Amino acid sequence: MTPQTDALPTSFTDTAHATPAARISEARRLFWSIRRELWENRAIYIAPLAVAAFILLGFFYSTVRMPAVMLITDTVNGVVTHTSHGIDPILPYTIAAGLLMATTFLVAIFYSLDALYGERRDRSILFWKSLPISDLTVVLSKAAIPLVILPLLTWAVTVATQSIMLLINVTVFHARGIDTGPLHSGLPLTQNSMMLLYHLVAVHALWYAPIWCWFLLVSAWARRTPLLWATLPPIVLGVLEMITLHSGHVFEFLKYRIHGPGDIDFTASHAGATMPMGATMSISPTQFLTTPGLWAGLALAAVFLAAAIQLRRYRNPL
Amino acid sequence: MTTIQATGLHKSYGSSVALNSIDLNVGEGRILGLIGPNGAGKTTLLNAILGLTAYQGELSVLGRNPWTQRDQLMNDVAFVADVAVLPRWMRVSDAIDFVAGIHPRFDRTKAETFLARTTIKRTSKVRELSKGMVAQLHLALVMSIDARLLVLDEPTLGLDILFRKQFYDSLLNDYFDHHLTIVITTHQIDEVQYILTDLLFIDRGNLVFGCSMEDFDTRYLELIVNPGQLPAARALKPIQERQTFGRSILLYDRVPREQLAPLGDIRTPTIADVFVAFVGQPNQPAPYSPPPVPTPSSYTGAAQ
Repeated sequence: MTPQTDALPTSFTDTAHATPAARISEARRLFWSIRRELWENRAIYIAPLAVAAFILLGFFYSTVRMPAVMLITDTVNGVVTHTSHGIDPILPYTIAAGLLMATTFLVAIFYSLDALYGERRDRSILFWKSLPISDLTVVLSKAAIPLVILPLLTWAVTVATQSIMLLINVTVFHARGIDTGPLHSGLPLTQNSMMLLYHLVAVHALWYAPIWCWFLLVSAWARRTPLLWATLPPIVLGVLEMITLHSGHVFEFLKYRIHGPGDIDFTASHAGATMPMGATMSISPTQFLTTPGLWAGLALAAVFLAAAIQLRRYRNPL
Repeated sequence: MTTIQATGLHKSYGSSVALNSIDLNVGEGRILGLIGPNGAGKTTLLNAILGLTAYQGELSVLGRNPWTQRDQLMNDVAFVADVAVLPRWMRVSDAIDFVAGIHPRFDRTKAETFLARTTIKRTSKVRELSKGMVAQLHLALVMSIDARLLVLDEPTLGLDILFRKQFYDSLLNDYFDHHLTIVITTHQIDEVQYILTDLLFIDRGNLVFGCSMEDFDTRYLELIVNPGQLPAARALKPIQERQTFGRSILLYDRVPREQLAPLGDIRTPTIADVFVAFVGQPNQPAPYSPPPVPTPSSYTGAAQ
């Protein structure tokens, strides 16, 4: 059969063949791919925003209703101290930061485990693969969510939440006739926000990078239940080691990765006085950057990512 | 210019062979119908062409290796798998924005024009659309890409007859031009018969038959034999014989119409009739074994 070119409507005349197609840079494809991830996984920003709204509501209520005597604080040399009746006014701010961090941490876990699994489960991988985007770009855009987007988003939402809390604090204190002096001079919010940023980048992005990339690898590989495949094998391996070799190297390794090396212990050592990850802040970036475990972890993360990219080439819908 | 060139294209899953060293040549501007029973290797062949599966042998699509250069290849290839692959969470407007953002050959105005003819709302999510609307949306996206190869794998599966008719009309009228090559697989053979330029049957990983539609229309004739003239009809070496309502229907390849006319009623067979003759039903061996296929596992007729 001869194709009927005369049947083509005039509005769709063949002009594109004459003009070479516009070039689209890899950076632009990466940008659109990350945007696409945010469209698909709206929990990435809705979850922290919802928690922030909940925190602000609770904070407002408690600031308005709490007996004035419990809110009065003193400053010594410009630093807020406990009074006999008062609660350290920084504590709600610290709790807010901790809650937001925990929220985005959970979001990162579930996101990473579903990122390369969901597209195979719902067959949409066939649509994505029909478009001129390389597997490298797709996997990098998915890795960018836990490694870049979520830490920065956590920081931004936390800073915004704490700023609004401070505003509520000052306004309510003013209305109730409580001295707002200690709030202005004594709350180390700016300092804390810089420490929070450092913690998020150092621990959540860099130190945990191999965990996120492992989750992505499992989500590219697993035929079902990526959560179990990501968590059970290491645990089973650890138990087997304990039974057969009576040693605990696997669990030591896992603990080191999750908990951090001894001197980068970011769990609350003196909760309330500083941010929950206070101890991390006490170590210098130089000390952190010279920890071999950091670089070993990043190398492992790169291997996991490369494997995930290769797997996505071979994987078809489930 | 050859759009698809395969030499010894082979793919096996464990011990089962999905593609058995296929040779294939499809030229620019052809519309090739790839017909075969379930599990014949159609989708495997298309997946190899689209860079979705690894293979052995040589395969070149638009001068590129699809397995190692899938992302570059997809600048020039459009692909509709079936209606279910558009992500269900996506908004119609997001889908257009995304493809416009990453595809160098996507024409947003065309997509908007196609969508304006439908009742699809920009703010709807794919999951809220009916099956036919999702197909229309996918088609609007694909047809707005100035591709050089369009691959349609069961594009109208599960859609009603009105939509299927509209789909193929639209494909020919709004989209097709001489630079484009189209490869279609479908079970609704008769619906695509009129748009194809070439035909290829695949069975158990082998290309069992291939010819251009011009050839097809002149080569094959079916004879509904008059009772009593069956021996004479059989002497003309039909490639297949079957019984319908007590009468024998014989299929001939390259037997002149004048020779058949005295023996009964002549009609032009459909693709489905010839398909059955070549691929056959494994449970009922045909009374006549088909003659050897001229070029087994190889088809170069479409390269023109």
